[in-house]
Amino acid sequence: MSTSSSLHELTAAELADLLARKEVSAREALDAVYARVEEVEEDLHSFVLLTRETAERQAAEVDEARAKGEPLPPLAGVPIALKDIYCTKGIPTTCCSRILEGFVPPYDADVIERCRAHRLVFVGKTNMDEFAMGSSTENSAFGPTRNPWDLDRVPGGSSGGSAAAVAASETVLAMGTDTGGSIRQPASLCGVVGLKPTYGRVSRYGVIAYASSLDQVGPITKDVRDCALLLGALAGHDPRDSTSLPDPPPNYTRALTGEIKGLRVGLVKEFMEYQGVGVAPEVAEAVKAAIARFEELGAVCREVSLPHLNYSIPVYYILAPAEASSNLARYDGVQYGYRSADADGIIEMYRNTRNEGFGAEVKRRIMLGTYTLSAGYYDAYYLKAAQVRTLIRRDFDAAFEDCDVLVGPVSPTVAFRLGEKADDPVQMYLSDVCTIPVNLGGLPGMSIPCGFSPDGLPIGLQLVGPPLAEETLLRAAHAFEQSGQFHRRRAVPVRQRKGRRSAVVREG
Amino acid sequence: MAEYAANIGLEVHAELSTKTKVFCGCLTAAGAPPNTQVCPVCLGFPGSLPVLNRAVVDYALRVVLAFNCEVSRPSIFERKGYYYPDLPKNFQISQKRAPLGRSGYVEFPVDGEMHRVRIADIHIEEDAAKLTHPEDDRAHSLVDFNRAGMPLLEIVSEPDMHSPSQVEGYMNAIRSALLYLGVSEARMEQGQLRFEASVSVRPADRAELGIRVEIKNLNSFRAVLGAVKYEIARQTKAVQAGETILQETRLWDDLHEVTAPMRTKETAMDYRYFPEPDLMPLVVDDEWIARVRAELPELAGRRRERLVREYALSDYDAGILTAEKALADLFEAAVSRGAPAKPAANWLTGRFLYLLNERNLTAADAALSPEALAEVVELVESNTISGPAARQVFDRIAFSGESAKKVVAELGLTQISDQDELGTTIDEVIAEHGDAAENYRKGKESALKFLVGQVMRKTRGRANPKLATELLEKKLKAD
Repeated sequence: MSTSSSLHELTAAELADLLARKEVSAREALDAVYARVEEVEEDLHSFVLLTRETAERQAAEVDEARAKGEPLPPLAGVPIALKDIYCTKGIPTTCCSRILEGFVPPYDADVIERCRAHRLVFVGKTNMDEFAMGSSTENSAFGPTRNPWDLDRVPGGSSGGSAAAVAASETVLAMGTDTGGSIRQPASLCGVVGLKPTYGRVSRYGVIAYASSLDQVGPITKDVRDCALLLGALAGHDPRDSTSLPDPPPNYTRALTGEIKGLRVGLVKEFMEYQGVGVAPEVAEAVKAAIARFEELGAVCREVSLPHLNYSIPVYYILAPAEASSNLARYDGVQYGYRSADADGIIEMYRNTRNEGFGAEVKRRIMLGTYTLSAGYYDAYYLKAAQVRTLIRRDFDAAFEDCDVLVGPVSPTVAFRLGEKADDPVQMYLSDVCTIPVNLGGLPGMSIPCGFSPDGLPIGLQLVGPPLAEETLLRAAHAFEQSGQFHRRRAVPVRQRKGRRSAVVREG
Repeated sequence: MAEYAANIGLEVHAELSTKTKVFCGCLTAAGAPPNTQVCPVCLGFPGSLPVLNRAVVDYALRVVLAFNCEVSRPSIFERKGYYYPDLPKNFQISQKRAPLGRSGYVEFPVDGEMHRVRIADIHIEEDAAKLTHPEDDRAHSLVDFNRAGMPLLEIVSEPDMHSPSQVEGYMNAIRSALLYLGVSEARMEQGQLRFEASVSVRPADRAELGIRVEIKNLNSFRAVLGAVKYEIARQTKAVQAGETILQETRLWDDLHEVTAPMRTKETAMDYRYFPEPDLMPLVVDDEWIARVRAELPELAGRRRERLVREYALSDYDAGILTAEKALADLFEAAVSRGAPAKPAANWLTGRFLYLLNERNLTAADAALSPEALAEVVELVESNTISGPAARQVFDRIAFSGESAKKVVAELGLTQISDQDELGTTIDEVIAEHGDAAENYRKGKESALKFLVGQVMRKTRGRANPKLATELLEKKLKAD
């Protein structure tokens, strides 16, 4: 197992163990990962930037420290892939938008500082929907990522690059962000584990904002233990983020007891159908099978209804674009990023820069948000949506009086085909119907593999907890995972035909 | 023709003098080279987040409480959106629907009577960067982000002023309060105090307000007063001619002393305010309010009453001293160092203000130390130096900050009060001016003054004039 050719397939916990026992070096693990990238990246396009020089230096430093017997954090030397949304000092950060062309942040995001402190090794920056707006990674300015389970299908989004990279073992760990499902939905579509922590659990400092009141950073991993390990590295109070929670994070791996007897599980009715239309039959079947499994494990399951969840999509598509229209106002060509070469005067510079720099979906949401915040519309849209958001939160509060965990599908369908929903924004928006309410509630939510469609495409189970109940989610997810084999299946993405040009951008 | 009355409201933007900016840790000190007091937060870089500086809230609360406002609990920060190259995020963090303070008032004397102006709203916001447009390069503008994120306090009055003199009284009261509260240096020339006015006119016998015109680009008291006078005249004339006043924003032109249209209501800006999601609502609890209230310094009105009571000063003198905090501070510090109150007040309200006015400075700009002032008073009271010598010394220490005793010693100004030393000089003067001595003896009193003057001249002002007069009289009568 410790031959360097298969090191990339290990979980972080397994690799960390080998590294600690000096059976392999961080450099060997990194080489294995890059060899895998060489093998599959041309087909997948998970990455927009490979930071090989940085990674090799980081790996060498870990190996050197270990040789000297210096104390190292548990994940030291484990390769991680970073969504291209975190500011990384000295490393280009684009949010997969043309408008951030050439932007090299002068500072590290809090989560990047934490990764550095935990001595993780940066494989590269992963592909995403431009400014995290999308559910398929097709909105990237650098072209789409493909699903490792079926190259004609999307990996989900917006953290599609991170989920695909983990699923295809192009990295051991990955990080994403989740505003309306952007960690959980691609994790589900790619058959990996993804967790969106409680709002405020992980610092947003240095994370390029889409919708500030909903954005959260979280892990995308091969199994639940890795998820607990990486969450432990990322979570904690940050005085630079005023919405950061002061509570010290627990040791999440201690929650992985395998014991869930008496756990009160609620299957959310509104997750199973929306406006009279049920989720895809194979998804419904997998979720019901998962409920049965939870009962076998000693959990007490029931169905619950949260009626205001039916308003989640309209509420989200008022609040998120409103915040986005303001957050993205700063991309004007004055200080950094792209500036239109063809402009006479300041107004034209703004207009041309933004017109040429933003993609269609980003423009659509900026226009939506600008409209709903306009004088005369604010009360009817933004204010009303904010009020309904409160009702949704109350529904969750009420449900958690009788349940420890709420469950349902992550996505109403398995991975869809590239281009299938690209021209129909509303259909695309509906793919986040089960995940969006969790962001509106500021709650922790998780996606774990719970089955496969007849076509062999992964299906994810969503677990949702009350604020700061990450340990409960991890405990339930771990017990479920360990009772089956879903997490052991690996995608085999290599396309038979060759000859397509790689879109990978190299560092430098 | 009908009589018209004006209603004037003012928005005052005051830069707060906290050590660091309102949402980041960058320094606020003036005079740093461009773009050296900046960080990702005040530059509005991607991923950056604001964190509220508590000292700014402390400072703002002082003003809110001093102006008798209610404190909004919670108060909310909002984003005010507009595109301009001096605004790094293309939105300004400000407060709109729930400002820190609301519904207060300020009282101040105008023509011997107290006038009350209601305060609608006091709120915290961040300043924008500073743009310069170089003369020799019309294709580029320069941005200095040192000013971006500096803390501003906006004080919005109700339209409760009706004349330029009330406006002037209000501005003085605000500036004085900011200085007394120690929250702003309020230097107009450095843009630490900026104004916007709203003016409307109505028939004097009608309560309903006329159409409001806003005036921007008011960077001095003079500009505000000029613009208000101009607008009242313009609007009155227009209304009398039966014209309708346009609801609009106008710009004051300092050079030509007129206002000109900037934009009308139809083209008014839509700032798309909404709650700043990166900041939590600000909850100021009772304890916080009590602490700030307990630390609230005495304001000008109260201090004036106290100076009259404690130091037996005239109301007039106390009024002049307290009009500028630095002046009253100097007075009290000198008295606490042993200077008798009345002469100390005389020096400050007389010679000192004369010197400051001559140089167009304020007391805060001068270097006069309370020790030196106390010394001057003491040197005069003890007859160590003469009046003219004292003035010579004062003129120097007012701006040098030196000790008065040191200057007296250096210039050799000690008064000659020695009878023998002075006697010799007097003998010489009598000998040189025999005719004047003769005239005095014949009963011409004014000749004595002339002879005293000659003694002063010969001693370069150092002779004790009282002693010189006595000795002269004695000698002339004895001869």
